[in-house]
Amino acid sequence: MAGKPFIHPYIPNSVPETKQAMLDELGLSSVEEIFAEIPDRLRFKGELDIPPAILSERALRKHVQGLLDRNASSVDYLNFCGAGCWQHHVPAVVDEVINRAEFVSAYCGGDYSDLGKYLARFEFNSMLGELLDYDAVANPIYDWGDVAGRAFRMARRLTGRDKVLVPAHMSPMRLMEARTLCQPESMPTSTKIRFYEWDRETGMVDLSDLEAKLDDSIAAVYWESPGYLGTIEANGAEIVKLAHAVGALAINGVDPITLGVLAPPGAIGADIACGDIQALGMHMHAGGGCSGFIAFKDDDPKFAQECPLELYTVLETATPGQYAVAEAMAERTSYGARDQGKDWVGTASGLWTIAAAVYMAVMGPQGFKELGETCIARSHYAAQKLGELPGVRVKLSPSFFKEFVVDFGGTGKSVAEINKALLGHEIFGGKDLSAEFPELGQSALYCVTEYHDQADIDALVSAVREVTA
Amino acid sequence: MSEQMKNAAQEKVARLARLRRDGGVLHDYRAPRWDEPFIMEQGTPGERGVLVPLAEDGVKAAVGEAADYIPEGMRRAAAPDLPELSQHQVLRHYLRYSQMTLGMDLGSDISEGTCTMKYSPKMHEELIRGHRAADVHPWQDESTMQGLLEIVYNTGQYLKSISGMDAFTLQPGGGSHAVFTNACVMRAYFEARGELGQRDEMITTIFSHPCDAATPMVAGFKVITVMPDENGYPDLEAFKAAVSERTVGCMITNPEDTGIYNPQIDKYVEILHAAGALAFTDQANANGILGYARARDAGFDACHFNLHKTFSSPHGCEGPATGAYMCTEELARYLPVPVVTKVGDKYHLDYDRPESIGRVRGFLGNWMGVIRAYAWIRNMGPDGLKEVAEISVLNNNYLDNLLMAVKGVSRPYAEGHRRLDQVRYSLQQLKEDTGVGTEAIRDRMVDFGIQSMWMSHHPWVVPEPFTPEPCETYSKADLDEWAAVIKKAVDEAYADPQFVLDSPHEQPIGQMRRTEALEDPDQWAFTWRKYKRKFLKQS
Repeated sequence: MAGKPFIHPYIPNSVPETKQAMLDELGLSSVEEIFAEIPDRLRFKGELDIPPAILSERALRKHVQGLLDRNASSVDYLNFCGAGCWQHHVPAVVDEVINRAEFVSAYCGGDYSDLGKYLARFEFNSMLGELLDYDAVANPIYDWGDVAGRAFRMARRLTGRDKVLVPAHMSPMRLMEARTLCQPESMPTSTKIRFYEWDRETGMVDLSDLEAKLDDSIAAVYWESPGYLGTIEANGAEIVKLAHAVGALAINGVDPITLGVLAPPGAIGADIACGDIQALGMHMHAGGGCSGFIAFKDDDPKFAQECPLELYTVLETATPGQYAVAEAMAERTSYGARDQGKDWVGTASGLWTIAAAVYMAVMGPQGFKELGETCIARSHYAAQKLGELPGVRVKLSPSFFKEFVVDFGGTGKSVAEINKALLGHEIFGGKDLSAEFPELGQSALYCVTEYHDQADIDALVSAVREVTA
Repeated sequence: MSEQMKNAAQEKVARLARLRRDGGVLHDYRAPRWDEPFIMEQGTPGERGVLVPLAEDGVKAAVGEAADYIPEGMRRAAAPDLPELSQHQVLRHYLRYSQMTLGMDLGSDISEGTCTMKYSPKMHEELIRGHRAADVHPWQDESTMQGLLEIVYNTGQYLKSISGMDAFTLQPGGGSHAVFTNACVMRAYFEARGELGQRDEMITTIFSHPCDAATPMVAGFKVITVMPDENGYPDLEAFKAAVSERTVGCMITNPEDTGIYNPQIDKYVEILHAAGALAFTDQANANGILGYARARDAGFDACHFNLHKTFSSPHGCEGPATGAYMCTEELARYLPVPVVTKVGDKYHLDYDRPESIGRVRGFLGNWMGVIRAYAWIRNMGPDGLKEVAEISVLNNNYLDNLLMAVKGVSRPYAEGHRRLDQVRYSLQQLKEDTGVGTEAIRDRMVDFGIQSMWMSHHPWVVPEPFTPEPCETYSKADLDEWAAVIKKAVDEAYADPQFVLDSPHEQPIGQMRRTEALEDPDQWAFTWRKYKRKFLKQS
């Protein structure tokens, strides 16, 4: 590096005198003598194609913020898009806690030194267990689609069978992720995904088709409630019964924010639940707020043994009455057993579990109940008002929590055209379903939560009226 | 000022000067201890932590009762047994937990080697917390997220330059996830060539991260693990013997966990290529080679970086994280969708990629990590990146000098060769001499405000291991203190082994006991509800 030495506020030993003192200590003339470990033929001698440094904090802030300000956010605009990543209100106290430097900067160690992190993690598992009505919640990983695939693989290991049945209207995105984990079917260790039908009128699963497809080769039956298309599935208990009748497991994909008012997977009788905690206090972060969980009853230790994610238990210490929190059966994860482990674990979404713990603690049972009632009331209000517009029709069951399908077929306009026009009203319209579900025609999936008040919904309805006229 | 105070103050100044000169433990540390009950045990029925909006009268008048829209049998019968607390009580509880978390910012995290615990600039946190980053919906029209897409696209270009690769994805939600992405890309490559039935073996090395073995297993491959030769390099003969017409490729690290750079790495790649196989290198922590060596130049077909390690994004109690995966043009067609592209001056999300592996993660990925990495790379510039590597390597060798002078510490393998960014040491001698091993030293170190040290991935090929990684963040004084703490703990072990074996002594809780419970279904409880029913006999 010719010219002025590079002294950076994040690199204390870039001060030339310090560098020299350290080299002297080592008896080296330059760091080059250490890099000599990399043979000349493997050394990069070119220039990195990276722009010159923006050194001052002020200039860098201005530059990056300038780029971000080219985005329109869901605060700038009214957003009615959900489809797996939902705009709920994030209480300020949640951000206050997870922005603490200690939590932001902690990593994977420290049974003692990072005790607070482990205690918060155990509380997250415990409170999510209350919502789900399960005794075991594993440490979350990437997102819902990922844990769906892992739950399928877990069912395969538990039953020794290699097929799972999923509803044909499962979230296409989650299905893609699960397929990646389940391997191409030609591979001997693949988990084969088979579909059962859904009722095009109600959006519920087609029980007779499910029954027809069930046999003793099926490891698990999976269903989502609310489903991707918004419907609250009324047949959960029946699905469990049918699955168990052939010795298959029942896996319930669920959005836990609904569980202040909806029956939890444990009460319905599902063997395993999976889903996303994003709604529990995470900003959307363009999807980065997602984090997937796996939970189960824990009445049979086999489930814990085959669970692919870390499980934490309380432990005694030298002082009676004191609790530590430590990982149970660490040997079965990839960290303990490499390629003999149950899938793999890694850095995924620890901070989000702390956010969700704070969220569940401030919400309490009453908060979840009221939030559920508000989501249902406001989303149904939006559906009703949109359905009154000419050419606009709300499809599928009248039972939904926050998302519903709006068919714009009668307007003569495509969803793409409508959503583009809505941008002019500073509104993000519902997710376009026309490619994912051609049978629904020009339909969009709208999402209305407690975040949207009546005025927001009325503004949406008025804008849709205008752009579809 | 009293005479007593004056004398004490003068003595303190002299002591600190002495410690800074000679190296020593600078802090008289006591961990915060709150004896805080679990939140599930706190509060009073009826207390509220936050009020949520209720449906307006007009809404209610239009739609009626919410409960009427819930199908029979799907109404929750009993309210969830969540705590009921006011907001301050919740905040206070979790602030106390944060105090009982040392993290990286508060302590000295040279300890967690292989993790590259570098400083994460606070300004970057301001960037990602603003609503134009935090409150963006992933399905927003791409015209409304051009700024974000530009950041992602340009970060990809920089990472391509740093790795020498042709294409990138930033979709994976962590380092291991990027490594899994590689296994899937290789799978798709051979599936497209009709060779998937024939090729079903992936090769890794024991000193590569466990995910380099576990993720190809999940992708459906058998895994062959090559052990080190007497110098600590992956045994070349064993490697050659492992490669055949059944080989998919390799997934290996260089430098490995030992910090030893394998100077023949290109030979290993050539052996694979000669057999028609592919080569991937795991560069989770690339601090030691930034701007000095590139994966592509050694012949690799693909590599990855952890943006939360080398590129400064914080670790967040184990995530959210971002895995950056880079590959050659030949493999680019298999990248997960969507791929971020640029046409003219507009950025796009390209889903029209028929040969793609599909998805490894929903939506777009953890772009918080990308924004931070972008800011960090722009802040460093090309010269700064090389400076990062230079200082990391210098720090590591300086610390090595101090540690090798500590009785009972050894550094197995490759005598006469310098390590790059980290070193795997052994306390086997100490263990033999005193009965005190690496776990006890780890648990004693935290009593000095030094983060719990990372020992090794399993299995412990190096006995009684520990693996510090003194990256560019740490000052000379930090390095001196870290070594001094090791020396102090080792000295204590020689003087009074039981004292060290009983560690820790200054932490919020005492030493963990009855750890056999971790393996015993009759003794574990993964949630408080289970614990209460099982051990406290409460329903």
